[in-house]
Amino acid sequence: MDARRESETTPMKNRTTVERKSERELVVTRTFNGPARIVFEAWTKPELFRRWWVPKSMGMSLRSCEMDVRVGGKYRLEFEPDGMAFFGTYLEVTPHSRLVWTNDEGGEGGPVTTVIFEEKDGKTLLVMHELHSSKEALDAAGTGAADAMVETFAQLDELLVTLGASVGRS
Amino acid sequence: MVQYSQGRFDASFAALSDATRRGVLEQLGRADASITDLAEKFHMTLTGMKKHVGVLEQAGLVITEKVGRVRTCKLGLCRLEQEAAWIERYRQRWDARFDELDKVIEELKRKEKVDGRKKRE
Repeated sequence: MDARRESETTPMKNRTTVERKSERELVVTRTFNGPARIVFEAWTKPELFRRWWVPKSMGMSLRSCEMDVRVGGKYRLEFEPDGMAFFGTYLEVTPHSRLVWTNDEGGEGGPVTTVIFEEKDGKTLLVMHELHSSKEALDAAGTGAADAMVETFAQLDELLVTLGASVGRS
Repeated sequence: MVQYSQGRFDASFAALSDATRRGVLEQLGRADASITDLAEKFHMTLTGMKKHVGVLEQAGLVITEKVGRVRTCKLGLCRLEQEAAWIERYRQRWDARFDELDKVIEELKRKEKVDGRKKRE
């Protein structure tokens, strides 16, 4: 049922690239088939942002998503069911072209995210920089992601054990 | 576990932060080479090249083997692959988000078209 609709809504899939630009910086790029005005809207209106930022494949959902998109304004995203939160402050807001915010959930000196929207021929090239305070911080973010995977697999193991046990009983 | 893997990443990224060492890896990607070969290729003293190879070796990016009087260097890929793997996981996360964002954008575009039509009518 959804397959047909999806093929209509995503006529062409663009490539996402990630590059470690320096010891402290990760850069993500992606082109979107729409004008910058629309892409920017999807990044700055909470009701739109929450629809794409946590895809189903992550196995999580957002409990709340508050975004006060102006210089000095705050944002806060909270996950279901454990209440894990991401929050920070917008440092720059230039409509349709540039967003900069801090990521403060890990305490002071967290990474700063810059998103640049560049429109060309009705399409938008999005470039996202994630600048960490030090090489160590970025390395830790990488190993953190690796550890999170270990944790996920551990949870899966537990689940499989539980399932196995219940199958054994029946 | 955290500390172990962090130390490992630190060593690899530090090793990769130097242009000569990246060059050495590229060179070894084409063919194994002795430290003497590498020193000549990169116009360096033997001692200088030994230091670079030592850093790469510590990071697990290169393995060396002494046969007779010659120390041969070759790629030790394991850790490079691990780094590529976490970058790839990060990429996949954003790719999944952006696929959803595509749908939101298509919807907004359609809505704009309809609204535009309404305004003209």
